[in-house]
Amino acid sequence: MKILIKGGRLIDPANSIDDQLDVLIENGCVAAVGTNLDSDNAQVLDATNRLVVPGLIDVHVHLREPGYEYKEDIQSGTRAAVAGGFTSVACMPNTDPVNDNKTVTSYICQKAAEVGLATVFPVGAITKGLKGESLSEMGQLREAGCVAVTDDGRPVDDGEIMRRAMEYARSFDLPVISHAEDLAIVGGGVMNDGFVATELGLKGIPWVAEDAMVARDVMLAEFTGARLHVAHVSTRGAVEIIRAAQKRGVAVTAEVTPHHFTLTEEAVRGYDTNAKMNPPLRSADDVAAIRQGLADGTIGVIATDHAPHHRDEKNVEFNIAMNGIVGLETALPLTLRLVEEGVLSLSEAIARLTCGPAQALNLSRGSLTVGSIADVTVIDPECAWKLEAEELLSKSKNTPFDGWSLKGKATNTLVRGKIVYNSDEV
Amino acid sequence: MSFGHKHILGIEQLSADDITLILDTAESFKEVSTREIKKVPTLRGKTIINIFFEASTRTRASFEIAGKRLSADTMNISASTSAVVKGETLEDTAKNLEAMHPDIIVMRHGHSGAPHYLAERCGFSVVNAGDGAHEHPSQALLDLMTIREKKGTIEGLVVAIVGDIAHSRVARSNIYALKKMGATVRLAGPGTLLPTEIERMGAEVTTDMNTALDGADVVMMLRIQQERQGKALLPSNREYSRFYGLNPENLKLAKADALVMHPGPMNRGVEISSAVADGAQNVILDQVENGVAVRMALLYLVSGGEQLAEQSA
Ligand SMILES: [Zn+2]
Repeated sequence: MKILIKGGRLIDPANSIDDQLDVLIENGCVAAVGTNLDSDNAQVLDATNRLVVPGLIDVHVHLREPGYEYKEDIQSGTRAAVAGGFTSVACMPNTDPVNDNKTVTSYICQKAAEVGLATVFPVGAITKGLKGESLSEMGQLREAGCVAVTDDGRPVDDGEIMRRAMEYARSFDLPVISHAEDLAIVGGGVMNDGFVATELGLKGIPWVAEDAMVARDVMLAEFTGARLHVAHVSTRGAVEIIRAAQKRGVAVTAEVTPHHFTLTEEAVRGYDTNAKMNPPLRSADDVAAIRQGLADGTIGVIATDHAPHHRDEKNVEFNIAMNGIVGLETALPLTLRLVEEGVLSLSEAIARLTCGPAQALNLSRGSLTVGSIADVTVIDPECAWKLEAEELLSKSKNTPFDGWSLKGKATNTLVRGKIVYNSDEV
Repeated sequence: MSFGHKHILGIEQLSADDITLILDTAESFKEVSTREIKKVPTLRGKTIINIFFEASTRTRASFEIAGKRLSADTMNISASTSAVVKGETLEDTAKNLEAMHPDIIVMRHGHSGAPHYLAERCGFSVVNAGDGAHEHPSQALLDLMTIREKKGTIEGLVVAIVGDIAHSRVARSNIYALKKMGATVRLAGPGTLLPTEIERMGAEVTTDMNTALDGADVVMMLRIQQERQGKALLPSNREYSRFYGLNPENLKLAKADALVMHPGPMNRGVEISSAVADGAQNVILDQVENGVAVRMALLYLVSGGEQLAEQSA
């Protein structure tokens, strides 16, 4: 089986390529990249006026399976992923049962392989049951297919446990992903602590709850020599702490979500529960700092924190609504807005969705180097479309971007050289 | 002038003209409560449901009396003890209420934004009787009515609001209302009870009560909610009353004819000493009396008051 992607603008940031080039795919791998490639008996994919980029990678999704299939499952989640241009997703362990043992990891890998859409990289728990008390069997988790560990959804409160987790994870070269919030400082907060929360009479989550924990985890990474990846950075202070640490040579990477670089706390007005997330949407100053962090490379990763919830979990009072929104199908156009707004070059934007995430979790993906696995996303950058939440392929429709006019869409998504999504066929 | 609001969700959405119209209407209704037959036929045939998810004897009674004096059919639902405990969501509640075809729902709810939720989804008028730490518009309006009655005007007055600003919907509604009517608002409380960037609402903010009281025309004391003390917000009642309690001594810092207000119920000896609570300057019972008149005005105006104007006159 051969596929020839012809006539597109190939952007492969890992190899510093941005040129009019064809890509030949053979046996699931990139066989050749060049001008005017020809191959008899290859299926030709016309990419004229399209971008051809390494398959997008999302290192932070919640697929909800096992345990919460009413919100999402591996099938629906990876279908949403490939429709959004993502060929690889790393799924968080806060399932039921928790992915804190090799049985759950194997189940996820096996199910994802059966579904055959995006590649799923499971992320194991740092502590058993996400309880923050004792370390999970990280060695076996890695053997079963986990690419990192995290207790995402909650921080590892106990500093000693986090220290030991980093020391232990280092033995298996597993990055430790920090969900950074000091819960005591968060208190009962439900949105960013600031003027909007004060006006709306909602309890605030102050930025220092995030900064304090990012600082602790960065220092622990420096102390232990572990690889730290900070999930969903949302504050100016966190960006500054990470930037300073990177300058000192600490092995720390960071991600930001499209909603945190697109929206501010103002989106909560009207008590819109689709603007309720953790970390919360922050102030305009924070958004500016995050964009600056993306631009200067402090934040090398854009990740969605795709967090599907059932309608009934959102259609309630703001205080009791669940945190999170779906993101797989909106991340690409929201990232391309950063290009339009001059925050990132097109190549940088693609890097934040491909080689940046691959590097953060040490995944053998994210480039179109000849010989590498042929995960490819073809994008129509000019395609203007209106997001209708009800049309999302995710089982859940919780998005604050309903009705937004967006630009840019994946038209073809190839995983291991196989076309798993074609926008014309949907 | 006409009143263009179907709902009363907060003072934030009202203009100074709206507020003046409400206060004028309330004044004309106040007389009804002094008649021998305390009833006008204004809202005859209208159904008003008071649904209170939080206990509040006085606000609920005040709304209920207001509805009855306007001849509406009023009924009370205490949701805190029944539906919610059984797992009923606000959406279920909204659907059930709608099925009863009420004209007005008066709602008190522990979560900020709950009345907005109803207003967006239902056909009836919603009057917010207090939502979380957000707004308590009828309370602010009755405070304004009382101030206007005693001082003749609101514009140019200095109003000190002292106490637990962070958790107070009364404070937020009053800041909006007083600012719109041209008063200067000073807020005072310990740092733990002053919410982030509250000064952006247009009030002067201080942690020193005496600074707030200095030359004030009105002193509005807020209730200290004893149940919050465990959360490291306050060291003790004794400490609080020492620095933020109103007593005859510090009241002297305010103007000699300053009004003392309190939304009730009072913690005597904590935020207010009995000497002040029972003193000549307090207008606390006037507030209660005006509460009925203000709520009559609100119910009347949200039901499209103008057409009814001649009938009730
Ligand atoms: Zn998280």
